[in-house]
Amino acid sequence: MALPKAKEDALAARLAALPALSGKGWLAAARAEALARLQAMGLPARRDEYWRYTDPASLNAPEPLPAQRFDVTDEAAPFDGMDRLKIVFVDGVFDAAASDDLALAGVSIERLATTGDTDIHWAQGLYGTLEARGQTPVPRPLAALNSAFATDGVLIHVTGRAAKPISLVYIHKSETSDAILHHCVKLGPGAELTLLENGPAAARFSKVMEVDIADGASFHHIRIQGRDHERRAVTHLFARLGAKSELRSFTLTANGRLTRNEAVVELTGDEGRAHLAGATVGDGEFHHDDTVFITHAAVACESRQVFKKVLMNGATGVFQGKILVKPGAQKTDGYQISQSLLLDEDSQFLAKPELEIYADDVKCSHGSTSGAIDETALFYLQSRGVPRRRAQALLVLAFLAEAIEEIADEAIAEDIRARLERWLARHGSR
Amino acid sequence: MNMLETVDGTEVREGVDRETIETVQAMAGKYKYGWETEIETEYAPKGLNEDIVRLISQKNGEPEWLLDWRLAAYRRWVRMEEPRWAMLNYPEIDYQDQYYYATPKSMAKKPKSLDEVDPKLLATYAKLGIPLKEQMLLAGVEGEAEPRKVAVDAVFDSVSVGTTFKAELAKAGVIFCSISEAVREHPDLVRQYLGSVVPPTDNFFATLNSAVFSDGSFVYIPKGVRCPMELSTYFRINAENTGQFERTLIIADEGSYVSYLEGCTAPKRDTNQLHAAVVEIVILKDAEVKYSTVQNWYPGDENGVGGIYNFVTKRADCRGDRAKVMWTQVETGSAITWKYPSCILRGDDSQGEFYSIAIANNAQQADTGTKMVHLGKRTKSRIVSKGISAGRAQNTYRGLVSMHPKAWDSRNYTQCDSLLIGDKCGAHTVPYIEVRNNSSRVEHEATTSKVDDDQLFYCRSRGMNEEEAVALVVNGFCKEVLQALPMEFAMEAQSLVAISLEGSVG
Repeated sequence: MALPKAKEDALAARLAALPALSGKGWLAAARAEALARLQAMGLPARRDEYWRYTDPASLNAPEPLPAQRFDVTDEAAPFDGMDRLKIVFVDGVFDAAASDDLALAGVSIERLATTGDTDIHWAQGLYGTLEARGQTPVPRPLAALNSAFATDGVLIHVTGRAAKPISLVYIHKSETSDAILHHCVKLGPGAELTLLENGPAAARFSKVMEVDIADGASFHHIRIQGRDHERRAVTHLFARLGAKSELRSFTLTANGRLTRNEAVVELTGDEGRAHLAGATVGDGEFHHDDTVFITHAAVACESRQVFKKVLMNGATGVFQGKILVKPGAQKTDGYQISQSLLLDEDSQFLAKPELEIYADDVKCSHGSTSGAIDETALFYLQSRGVPRRRAQALLVLAFLAEAIEEIADEAIAEDIRARLERWLARHGSR
Repeated sequence: MNMLETVDGTEVREGVDRETIETVQAMAGKYKYGWETEIETEYAPKGLNEDIVRLISQKNGEPEWLLDWRLAAYRRWVRMEEPRWAMLNYPEIDYQDQYYYATPKSMAKKPKSLDEVDPKLLATYAKLGIPLKEQMLLAGVEGEAEPRKVAVDAVFDSVSVGTTFKAELAKAGVIFCSISEAVREHPDLVRQYLGSVVPPTDNFFATLNSAVFSDGSFVYIPKGVRCPMELSTYFRINAENTGQFERTLIIADEGSYVSYLEGCTAPKRDTNQLHAAVVEIVILKDAEVKYSTVQNWYPGDENGVGGIYNFVTKRADCRGDRAKVMWTQVETGSAITWKYPSCILRGDDSQGEFYSIAIANNAQQADTGTKMVHLGKRTKSRIVSKGISAGRAQNTYRGLVSMHPKAWDSRNYTQCDSLLIGDKCGAHTVPYIEVRNNSSRVEHEATTSKVDDDQLFYCRSRGMNEEEAVALVVNGFCKEVLQALPMEFAMEAQSLVAISLEGSVG
């Protein structure tokens, strides 16, 4: 079907600003297929059902809007001091000097940029594959654009238990950088990996991560999306889970102009578990969108979505979460909660928590609430001598606790709590 | 949970009441109202064009402005696209393969009173259990000192057959008549309010209705009047290949109260028939309207052959402060249901409530819910929706709760539960929640485990175990929807839905 004129023009303008696809090897074919998908869908528009609450204009534009650098000097960078294998990208460009050797027992780590032109690679069965599967029933054109035009990324193949976490660090230096990274992670049967991500990455950042989790494997993902900068980001996590495998993903977002985090998870083997959580704090010109789509296609799987947002001074929070239980996916346990705390009357929360269920022996529930801070609780704390600002911070932390509890590593959870506490001390409702 | 037993091939799980399943199965293929009245019918030519719109307007003896209004809607409609966002799957509707106007021949000359109405028509309503004589009403309400009265406007295909108790209502100042009569007798009121809640530009089906609506009911309750009896409209589709496009307009002036009931049935046919109605309710300061529906259009047979396509736009506008509206619906019929009775809570302290039980069986598909648009301060809304799917049916709750920036201190509570009977059906929930101020509280829940803790605690302190307590509270919730219905309907609804909702899933 031909695209409407407006969509065609927007896509043509965007493609004109991107380099033409060239090259050889396995990646060239995957890119060409992704481009074809993008051309069939066009770029997202506000009128599209899944973009009704988030304006994609700045993500679609040929050039990124400039974003001032924000260098954190008052606290240590996240995951500092942890024993980890560090891979650094500066404005989307691999920084060999700042990165560790890409060598880890039980894990093969390669860069997309250096392996893409070989004829055969394990990643060719994964790159763009889960993204393509994730295009139905909801189109995700920005993910297809990423698959077509990603400049780099890491290809991680885990066969055993990774000795230490892999940590991707995204540094933002240029005020007009536009980074497109695409990672592939393949976990063999019984393999285990923790992947850490942090940093604002670029003025505009597009990231796709495709994760294939084989039977019995376990993938932990913790992400801290920078702090107090002006970046705009669209990220996609596509995951496919085998039997008795596990996915746990947690994201902390503290400011940033625009964030759209999509997660598309398919439980294809019996007794798989997928836990997705997010804690978001936003002050002022801040728009954060969590869009989650979990498909239960096997028996006795469990999924959890826990998303909490604290919004102040006109910040906007969006949650679009869906649980799809396919016919035959009996004994499904699906849980979804999305809550927002609005600290003042200018902030807003827009939610669309969906269930689509085609099996009768399932337990699916969702809840969504939105409201102000509990004045009675605030009063109680103040009457016990806690200053108002501190009392408010305590209640906010208590509100976010359920999401942070989803982090398995207690040290990281504690660090994130401390970061939030400091952030809340710096920011308050006017 | 264990598969315990089977009822006619359907596996019954623990926690699901056997009676529930039997009742739902008993309803399958046993449509009581599927017969047809043999009556000479006059049709407008098949298809839809400007001439048909003019013809309908002329048949109703309408003034120029209304014809222009219809034509503007028609011209807009031909450029519109049918919405396809609902979770409904049906073949394309050929809008030119329908009759847009059908009337019993005997109605060509308008009867002056019910006594002049064709006895066959009266017999039809008698058979449906709808009394059109101004007699003391309703079997089953015996023993009351003063038997209750219900005024009925009976709509048969495209025309209103008659309205009862008009004289008695007129004494109280209440106007209750067909909308075509209101256009003639009360043109100022109609002109002031028609399309003010659901504008002709609203959506594809509302625009179509604006162009071709043939009849429906008109209600005006004057200031401070509590309507002395319940008002009701009974819609009957009889003619084949004919769409019904009724339009209902209810105006509750300041401080008034009315309870309005709506019922509908259609004969069993193996072709699909279109029904696209619009209901507009204007509620001024301190007024209250209760609107109850038992929708029992022919649902099609077990294989999904035939049945009504029901595309309905219903909206209440609480214009004044402290205005109150309550929608209650029991949706059991129709092959396709597309219906979202909405509340615009414009006045400060206004209230909207929506109680719904939607049952989809066999190949039925229902996409229904509500919209609560909070504009005024301290506005309150409550949504209780129970969806039951059986056979190969699909049942979707779709709702919007919107708190506007100035709707300070407003509240919403939403609860929607679904029950699936069998593994071939589907239950879906698509809520939209938009909160644009922080002094409002919005809660959306779709769990049985999160029933009110206080109630649970109370039950448990009286010696019930957890399960009994939850069952009781959840049961109470379902009853709440039934009890929101006026007595006349509650009896009908209860016989349709002798159902409990244990074993609910979100």
